[in-house]
Amino acid sequence: MARLFGTLVKQAIMVLMTISSLYPLYFLLITSLKTGKEYTANSTGFPHSITFQNFSDALTKVHLGVWFSNTIVLTVVSVFLTTLISALAAYAIAWGKFIGRQTLLKLCIALMVVPPVILIIPMFFVMVKVQLINTLTSAIIFYTGLMIPFSVYLLTSFFREIPSELFQAAQIDGCSRFGAFWRIVIPLAAPAFVTLVIVNSLWVWNELLIALVFLQDESKRTIMAGISMFQGRYNTNQPLIMASSFLSLLPILLLYLFGQRFFIRGLTAGIGK
Amino acid sequence: MKAITNHTSPELKTQNHLGPRLDWGLRWYLYVAPMIIVIVGVFGYPLVSVIRYSFYAGNMNRLIYVGLANYKAIFQDPVFWISIRNNVFLLISVPIMIVIAMLLAILLYEAVKGWKFYRSVVFLPYIVSATVIGITFSYLYQFNGVLNTSLRAIGLDAIALDWLGNSHLVVPSVMSVILYQQIGFGVVLFFAQMINLPSEVFEAAELDGVNWWQKQWLVTIPQLKGVIEFFAITEAINMLSWVFNYVYVLTAGGPGNSSSVLEIYIWRNAFFFRSYGSASAVATILLIITVVLIFVYFRIRSGNMEQRGES
Repeated sequence: MARLFGTLVKQAIMVLMTISSLYPLYFLLITSLKTGKEYTANSTGFPHSITFQNFSDALTKVHLGVWFSNTIVLTVVSVFLTTLISALAAYAIAWGKFIGRQTLLKLCIALMVVPPVILIIPMFFVMVKVQLINTLTSAIIFYTGLMIPFSVYLLTSFFREIPSELFQAAQIDGCSRFGAFWRIVIPLAAPAFVTLVIVNSLWVWNELLIALVFLQDESKRTIMAGISMFQGRYNTNQPLIMASSFLSLLPILLLYLFGQRFFIRGLTAGIGK
Repeated sequence: MKAITNHTSPELKTQNHLGPRLDWGLRWYLYVAPMIIVIVGVFGYPLVSVIRYSFYAGNMNRLIYVGLANYKAIFQDPVFWISIRNNVFLLISVPIMIVIAMLLAILLYEAVKGWKFYRSVVFLPYIVSATVIGITFSYLYQFNGVLNTSLRAIGLDAIALDWLGNSHLVVPSVMSVILYQQIGFGVVLFFAQMINLPSEVFEAAELDGVNWWQKQWLVTIPQLKGVIEFFAITEAINMLSWVFNYVYVLTAGGPGNSSSVLEIYIWRNAFFFRSYGSASAVATILLIITVVLIFVYFRIRSGNMEQRGES
């Protein structure tokens, strides 16, 4: 009896948690399916007649399409560069024999906690001086740099799990350093790369501060910066804003649906074992 | 900010690797060179520069040395103190997050039916963009928004307040949105650690006849001490230096400056008022606070390890 009661209480808490977790997202979705008129009359309820007008407006009347493609370019290029640079460095730190590799790893660990807002003023000056401000390149450089310490740390700890016998065998077989990287490290650490790419893409996709400051030109905006800006301008048309917001979440939600374990593993990787 | 490390895993393991490390000569430095170049450019140079700028006034083409004048000016600026106070107030959310996340993680661990579904649901807000969450909540919290409409519908007109427009309520309102998003991270962290614990630990406690609360207090929480500390320091740093998104979209620091935080203050001073010197001074202060927090964290950690005889 007591056990049954306990189970009921636990389930009740979980259901409550589920409702409060999902309600804001449910509100976002149902609002984007309403006309402006209906939202004014019925802001909380389910729409009486569903409209997809807001989604097509978001793609045609505001610059959502441009913002989308900017964000995709930013994410793909900066995550690719980060992965490449970090993988090479992590390979050397995990398996190389050279002075300073422990220092490099400790440096990465320390830099993981530096808030970007501290770096943004000098970075802004530099980008203005080299005339890269308002180009995607400026944000790509900044994002790549900011992601590298965590990425090197994560990959180093994964690469160290590779059995050393594999490398010894490779050396005996006359495998070169890059050969061992290409044929042993890359294939064996594939899940680590998937995890890293997902975590970093999530971060770039959602980043706001740097996007606002570095990409002020309307045609260069990222999707999150764009949405945050037109909140003021289209404030009366909440269904349009909610539809745009929903579209901006869609890629991440789909990724989460299919690769949830990578999200969880990547975002909890910092705590080690 | 993504994660800090518990610092033990990679370094200590290195010593245990069998055989010699791979020795292919000095060319290893070619592999770390790109990383070093990027780190010097994106961290090294800006960190030095921001400290230097904090002693200068003027714009980026003409810097004038002013000594400590920027620091004196910000210490006399009430908005700076409001911002610091708000960041410190947001720290209250850290213990709240820990308690709620711990409770939910324990319930998940005790295998309530459907725990996989619940885990996905509780983690979902954490991966959704803070910008979108902020915008959504700005509608929910409007004076005539969903929250107040619902409160009035059930006759609670008295507490249908102006959540984002009242300077006394605005920071707690922002905090509630942060809680909404960050709790899931705690749940998943704690839960991941719990399933790694040997189940005998819990069974032994049950055989000793302790009740549910005692079991959590005496067994679960001490076993999770490391991960709780990690979560606490991560979130504390977040509350001081990673809340820009929420504040920017919910209130932009208003009404007045009542919900400003250090990041908003730096951003506004630098990119609106073009007062780069004073913005850099605030950035330098924030840097010092972060370094102190991290230092304290590592002191606590190494203290724990000595206790356990691990180091």
